[in-house]
Amino acid sequence: MSAHADTHAHDDHGHHHKETFVTKYIFSQDHKMIAKQYLITGTIMGVIGVLMSIMFRMQIAWPEQPNVLFEALLGKWAPEGVMDADIYLALVTIHGTIMVFFVLTAGLSGTFSNLLIPLQIGARDMASGFLNMVSYWLFFLSSVVMIISLFVEAGPAAAGWTIYPPLSALPMAQGGSGAGMTLWLVSMAIFIASSLLGSLNYIVTVINLRTKGMSMTRLPLTIWAFFVTAIIGVVSFPVLLSAALLLIMDRSFGTSFFLSDIFIQGEVLHYQGGSPVLFEHLFWFLGHPEVYIVLLPALGITSEIIATNSRKPIFGYRAMVMSILAIAFLSTIVWGHHMFISGMNPFLGSVFTFTTLLIAIPSAVKAFNYITTLWKGNLQMNPAMLFSIGLVSTFITGGLTGIILGDSALDINVHDTYFVVAHFHLVMGISALYGMFAGIYHWFPKMFGRMLNKNLGYLHFWVTAICAYGVFFPMHFIGMAGLPRRYYTNSNFPLFDDTANANVVITVFAIVGGIFQLVFLWNFFSSMFFGKKTVQNPWRSNTLEWTAPVKHIHGNWEGEIPHVHRWAYDYSKPGHDDDYVPQNIPLKDGEEELQH
Amino acid sequence: MTAFLTLIIVLFIAVAIWQMVKIFDLAQVGTSNDQVATDKDNKINGYLMMGFLVFIYAITIASFWYLGDLPLMSNSASAHGPGLDNLMIISMVLIFIVQTFTQFLLHYFAYKYKGEKGRKALFYADNNTLEAIWTFIPVVVLAGLIIYGLFTWTSIMNIDESEDPLVVELYAQQFNWKARYAGEDNTLGMANVRLIDIDRANILGLDESDPYAQDDIITTELHLPVGRPVLFKMRSQDVLHSAYMPHFRAQMNCVPGMITQFGFTPTVTTADMRQNPDIEEKVANINAIRLENKDQIEAKGQELTYEFDYLLLCNKICGKSHYNMQMKIIVETQEEYDAWIKEQTTFKNSLPTK
Repeated sequence: MSAHADTHAHDDHGHHHKETFVTKYIFSQDHKMIAKQYLITGTIMGVIGVLMSIMFRMQIAWPEQPNVLFEALLGKWAPEGVMDADIYLALVTIHGTIMVFFVLTAGLSGTFSNLLIPLQIGARDMASGFLNMVSYWLFFLSSVVMIISLFVEAGPAAAGWTIYPPLSALPMAQGGSGAGMTLWLVSMAIFIASSLLGSLNYIVTVINLRTKGMSMTRLPLTIWAFFVTAIIGVVSFPVLLSAALLLIMDRSFGTSFFLSDIFIQGEVLHYQGGSPVLFEHLFWFLGHPEVYIVLLPALGITSEIIATNSRKPIFGYRAMVMSILAIAFLSTIVWGHHMFISGMNPFLGSVFTFTTLLIAIPSAVKAFNYITTLWKGNLQMNPAMLFSIGLVSTFITGGLTGIILGDSALDINVHDTYFVVAHFHLVMGISALYGMFAGIYHWFPKMFGRMLNKNLGYLHFWVTAICAYGVFFPMHFIGMAGLPRRYYTNSNFPLFDDTANANVVITVFAIVGGIFQLVFLWNFFSSMFFGKKTVQNPWRSNTLEWTAPVKHIHGNWEGEIPHVHRWAYDYSKPGHDDDYVPQNIPLKDGEEELQH
Repeated sequence: MTAFLTLIIVLFIAVAIWQMVKIFDLAQVGTSNDQVATDKDNKINGYLMMGFLVFIYAITIASFWYLGDLPLMSNSASAHGPGLDNLMIISMVLIFIVQTFTQFLLHYFAYKYKGEKGRKALFYADNNTLEAIWTFIPVVVLAGLIIYGLFTWTSIMNIDESEDPLVVELYAQQFNWKARYAGEDNTLGMANVRLIDIDRANILGLDESDPYAQDDIITTELHLPVGRPVLFKMRSQDVLHSAYMPHFRAQMNCVPGMITQFGFTPTVTTADMRQNPDIEEKVANINAIRLENKDQIEAKGQELTYEFDYLLLCNKICGKSHYNMQMKIIVETQEEYDAWIKEQTTFKNSLPTK
């Protein structure tokens, strides 16, 4: 970035325009405040999503039994406390939608991209503060619409989070495909607009606003991850938007993009010539990259936290960047592995098997690099570090079963069973959630100027870690028994009676794990006000955000923006007294910068 | 009045919180670093990491111990089944080895290198040989799996029509299955949902004028002769469904507006499968569980005793009763099959006379 722009930004900062409550806390254009807004909105959505999962897990474990919780929360959908079959599908659908998009896309990427991109690359703010504000408020609006959709007369969307037509297109096929689905589609369209504005902003900021000396090869891996994630988002989200718009046309204006030859409830519909398989292609062209939109930021956060807390450079920085790029590229050409048995040409299945299994290679490289980073480190077991190690563990466990699902032949018999549910929850659900928790524990001091209580953090991690495996490990087995997902009850299939006990165990783990998230919520909200005040650089980290003052100021740094002289990973470098050398410290005489 | 009181109380609470924040702030002169992990924390959590490794292994062993008989990895009932099961077992063993090894390294390192004040970590940023090793090994292993997988996939999906397969249509609708046999000509008659005529009991929309359709047979149970290749043509009349036959390692979506297909050869009759010791054990186990829940099962009007049958399940979310969309499959000898099919009514004879 040129010196000219620097001084210009500084001048702006000089004559401080007066901030009102509204401009500071509500319609804020400051990236740090927007990050907090994303985080808190995402957290609230997360609570709703987790509560839903506990409810439908209870139904699976104790099918068709009266339940006080259902009676209290579901109202007319649980007559005499027994959950209705339609609302079961709605809970599954909205749980998926909320967790994937509202928590792990907006809550994770929105929070940390906003907070860290300007602070870690040395910029006063995002390229466009205004667009950033609009992006948050669109996200907020889409959240509100999604919540409203839960209360419509015929019930919320219930066609699964993948909303395959014709089920999602025809109100007579399912109650939830009426007004509930309309609101779902509207909410997602707004969400996508929000996501695109955010992504464009991140890309432009990373390319244009890096401080002096911050070359691309000196970028922290967090920024690499956020940057590449934003690119994937820009490439793939518009395709989902188009799918949603076409579906809206089919639903409301009588077109036949996805529908053909349908006879339902005694009448033939007029649709002709469309194909649901087309929708599946469009959906998964976003849907699969979406997995990496969720996961890459978590991996970026983990890279940063593992290096800092190991007091070691991240092992294989260049390989890490290359694998992020490789994953990003491959993620756009593997979507067909969700459709092996959709009726598409089997030859395409072969192609997608090939590309899908290739993606295991950069993933394996990343896992091994994390492990090697720990080797001979001096590990500081902060809660953020525990969650990062936990992420690597679930990423490996969940990723490995991808070898089975990505193999078209093996997919035939486990497709849409609980095996799939176990796989993706571990590899992208739990892993990304751990990444989000790790980020919160690590950057809470940066966000709120106070520390989270570490002992509550330890309690939170260990119980969550045990419950996560307790839920999803046995689930692989009942999936391999052939138990289909999204069944309201399995009691009509005596064949599956021997999975019932495992389902009870899984639900108990889920309930305990869910309850212990309250420990986190308490820690989070009470520390925001009563936590210990933080020092400027509590984790003794190298990246630029810790050179900024604890108290947030508009423009991030008083005076000049720090210049960068080295990469972000000079931990325990020989020739230095401290075990960390922040990026803004110039090289000593004769000190060599690591070449990468 | 209540509203006013509530308002006052809320106000007091807010003031109290605000005051407490002030007190907390004043109590902390300067700042402290006591929420950062100490050597003691590192030690405790290091040990817990080893404990967690034990937990991962324990839950693996426990899952195999209690649930190990669940996975469908043996006793397949189709010709392609054993090949697919083999591939599954090979992949599983591989995954198991990598999982055990990498989880050990991860958690052992977390324990071994737990931080101590004054110790310095090794400055070790890169090693091209290592990177090459763990790029190359996955490449080789995955190449093997891909090739094996693709051969298996191709052999399953390539349907050899020269073997004269029995042609059967699987017809899906919310929320039940129908089977349509092609009859003596072994050619399915033309059909389209637009031709459905409920009054004439033409429920699958067959073209009444098509000669191939006349001898078609529509049933609600799927009977298959053992040893003969079957070619399934799938249709759906309303939404997506998926025809899942787990014991035959077979699955294909039913898509409105198009015909999909899947072929396999059943190799074990229902009667023989019921005699299989593994299946006998499974059935006995299930019946013991059912006996425990006797009241619930009888309240639902189900039969208490379970007898093994092959099933066709719907495995694509299709609406409210998705969880109860099933059809019984009976694999039998050619003679039994011939006798059964002879008793069924052909399409032509099922239509009311004009």
